[in-house]
Amino acid sequence: MTITNEPGAELDSRPELVSVIVDGVAVSVPAGTLVIRAAEMLGIEIPRFCDHPLLDPVAACRACLIEIEGVPKPQPACAQVVSDGMQVRTQLSSDVAREAQEGVMEFLLLNHPLDCPVCDKGGECPLQNQAMSIGRPESRFTEDKRTFDKPINVSAQVLLDRERCVSCARCTRFADQIAGDSMLELLERGAQQQVGTADDEPFDSYFSGNTIQICPVGALTSATYRFRARPFDLVSVPTSCEHCASGCSLRTDYRRSTITRRLAWDDPQVNEEWNCDKGRFAFSYMQQGRIEWPMVRENGELRIASWPEAIDVAAQGLRAAGSEAAVLVGGRSTVEDAYAYARFARVALGTDDIDFRARAHSDEERNFLAAHVAGSPMRVEYADLEAAPAVLLVAFEPEDESPIVFLRLRKASASGTRVFSLGSGGSRGLSKMNGTLIPAMPGDEASALADLPAEIREALAAPGAVIMMGERVASAPGACAAAGALAQETGAALAWVPRRAGERGALDAGALAGLLPGGRPIDDPLARQQSADAWGVDPSSLPQRGLSGDALLASLRSGARRAALVGGVEAADYPDDLIASLGGVDFVVSIENHHSAVTEIADVVLPVAVVSEKAGTFLDWEGRPRPFGQVFRDAMRDCDAAVLAMLAEQWQMSAPSSVSELRAELGRMGPWTGPRESFAPVATTHSPGTGVRLATWRQLLDLGVMQEGEPHLAATARDTVARMSGATATRYGLPTSGQVSIHGPSGAISVDLEIDDSMIDDVVWLPMNSEGSRVYRDLGVGYGDVVRVMSGGQL
Amino acid sequence: MAEMPQAVRGFGVTLTTMFKKVVTEQYPEDKQSTKPRFHGRHQLNRWADGLEKCVGCELCAWACPADAIYVEGADNTDEERFSPGERYGRVYQINYLRCIFCGLCIEACPTRALTMTNEYELADNDRADLIYEKDQLLAPLLPGMVPPPHPMVPGTSEQDYYANKVTGSSPDQGEAV
Repeated sequence: MTITNEPGAELDSRPELVSVIVDGVAVSVPAGTLVIRAAEMLGIEIPRFCDHPLLDPVAACRACLIEIEGVPKPQPACAQVVSDGMQVRTQLSSDVAREAQEGVMEFLLLNHPLDCPVCDKGGECPLQNQAMSIGRPESRFTEDKRTFDKPINVSAQVLLDRERCVSCARCTRFADQIAGDSMLELLERGAQQQVGTADDEPFDSYFSGNTIQICPVGALTSATYRFRARPFDLVSVPTSCEHCASGCSLRTDYRRSTITRRLAWDDPQVNEEWNCDKGRFAFSYMQQGRIEWPMVRENGELRIASWPEAIDVAAQGLRAAGSEAAVLVGGRSTVEDAYAYARFARVALGTDDIDFRARAHSDEERNFLAAHVAGSPMRVEYADLEAAPAVLLVAFEPEDESPIVFLRLRKASASGTRVFSLGSGGSRGLSKMNGTLIPAMPGDEASALADLPAEIREALAAPGAVIMMGERVASAPGACAAAGALAQETGAALAWVPRRAGERGALDAGALAGLLPGGRPIDDPLARQQSADAWGVDPSSLPQRGLSGDALLASLRSGARRAALVGGVEAADYPDDLIASLGGVDFVVSIENHHSAVTEIADVVLPVAVVSEKAGTFLDWEGRPRPFGQVFRDAMRDCDAAVLAMLAEQWQMSAPSSVSELRAELGRMGPWTGPRESFAPVATTHSPGTGVRLATWRQLLDLGVMQEGEPHLAATARDTVARMSGATATRYGLPTSGQVSIHGPSGAISVDLEIDDSMIDDVVWLPMNSEGSRVYRDLGVGYGDVVRVMSGGQL
Repeated sequence: MAEMPQAVRGFGVTLTTMFKKVVTEQYPEDKQSTKPRFHGRHQLNRWADGLEKCVGCELCAWACPADAIYVEGADNTDEERFSPGERYGRVYQINYLRCIFCGLCIEACPTRALTMTNEYELADNDRADLIYEKDQLLAPLLPGMVPPPHPMVPGTSEQDYYANKVTGSSPDQGEAV
């Protein structure tokens, strides 16, 4: 937020207050407040179904009728704005209001089935509760109730029991106003009124689960949770989402050591009351395909071993390598675990060869993160996005890569924020944000940033403007430098939005070569002293600057490193063959919760906890800590840090093993206040050649390992298509519909072509990791590389 | 009487009792029937065609003051139907080490699936055996009933069951016992 030092500025910005009397009690509220909110301030609860603080008022259900002095008929409190001196009487003091509310409740219940015992909402249902508090005890309706076939699928995940619906329009308004996926609509009229979708267009919104949560009756339920439990069975734990760097606050409900559902929790500064379907529904992975016991490789085969034996073998192998060891930490670790890896690498192994970027990466990106991001305080927050006059997205597709950022930008765009996206084509997300495309060939973002039109430069020069860079800047040579220069020139704030939940935390915890925790440069004597003090070692024993990124992987492959410690890394996330690189080292220790490709080649496998079995913290893209507690306190497995502490004992070192100790130690170190690493541009020329260039990113719902075991969720994913402009298709002699094949060095992908004229010419877009389109594996190329496109499904 | 020695008074009580009706029951040789509304072991009832009445709503478990009941609901499918309607009780357990036989569960049951029998012989020498599973609690199949899973009586709906319009099984549902 912008802080102004002008005296009185804060007072001026205060809203004008009006006085309103509710049930004889006066209250001063800002002008424009709704009567229902003013009553809430006094603790007076007016019944409501359609009213939701984050949705526009609609007065659809009429449950909140109240009496206003001087107005002849009862008025809906949820749509009535207060005026000065207004006298409101609610059901507590007015017979008119009470009778009106009772009448409405009787109407709403006429056609509502008495199936509360089998309804998922039973026990947490606003209709049940308010029927008890304001409803008449007996119905005068003796005729047959209206019935529908039930349930129907509005999407593979969301089920609709139409007879339970009270037509409050919360779901349709959410879809329309918040998500921008206007696929839900109220159909028919009168008693037949019902929520529905067009026949050929299911409600495949990334945010569809929110409608289930805000439905005030049990009309919308999820296929995953249906009949799994009743609310009173469940134990609820506040948690944070591990799926992306948006940092949603969640509520995890479990029963008998099994997670039954997750809900978006209320955090006005971050996710408001929403989350995406991935965060809501993708949690089965935690209970499937787990590594149960430590394993040790003997005669080429992994066998189950005891913990002491496995720790012993792992320590021996790592010690044999001396400081010629490398550490790979995936971007899914918590801050505490990433810190434990960073500490273990420097103190026990004596190496600085550590990298958390299990994805496409570049040296330029590393230098940028070290200079501008690591350990820095929150510079751009969600609230700043809402207030920003203009936001420029660079190689970033928020709807897929950080969905809550997308929701905020969409909200902001409705109130005047201009959204510009530097990319190779439009998208559903960009049009929902009313955004403008700034064309840039994939990989050539740097030159597009340099040639930015003057009009956009002006927009970004306005106070509060923001430049947001996605993880794909690492695949665009020079883009970090160009974005940094643009930010400097225009004064716009610069934000880096990683995709994975643990990336920002791992960066700040020092899980990147050259950076000690808090963004401390490893070459700085004071930074070394501070770290060594915190770790109880001599500064001279800390390693010198090591390798990261491609250089690190190359050194593994060439055999220059003798051991590797790999934690939470999915080999398929790397553009290059990680398994081949790890083949170059003698000894691989895998600290992992699921069987993976790394397990297959590891010499020692040490199982660890998933997020529900440990406490921890993620840093979201803002840099805001998102701590979460342990859901299952009797979990059999411990966090990565505890395993590393056991390993460290073999070096006769004590390392903190509990989350509280790790947090305390990190807290004592604090962020770095000395001179930061200065940004060193890396001179690279990007010349992929001529031809069609590939634009690609991971869609929100795809084949990600943490979405396994969720068939209903997977069925709402977007279809796998290749997108390109009509002109490009014509130039390469492709049909305007039907199958095309895209060829790279290691193979081809055959998918349906979708002509999209918002795409710039000579670019084809493919989902990176979706069904039938695994770009790294199938093509052997990445973002910005040249591919060949041919008509037909030939491979 | 007041002067009579205490010991003699005691014999007087013995003497008068000898001429009273004997209250001792010769259990277990001679079993007495309980009062008809005695709260004994629970039973999960069936509809006339053999389908289960339990819908797995867990209201019994919610009502239970002793936390003795555990229920898990599940979906009926067209291939495997245990009760009319969408939902049935997949897991149903009553822990008779905890149960206090208060009967709140049977009052809570919305489908009259759960009632109590007069059976009171609930002793065992193993704790685990006193957790009764669904197969132990289900009412026996009467002649004419078809063991679930099987479809509803053709041409009927869930509502017909609740309105007691289903009076027996149909040959289409499978072989009756």
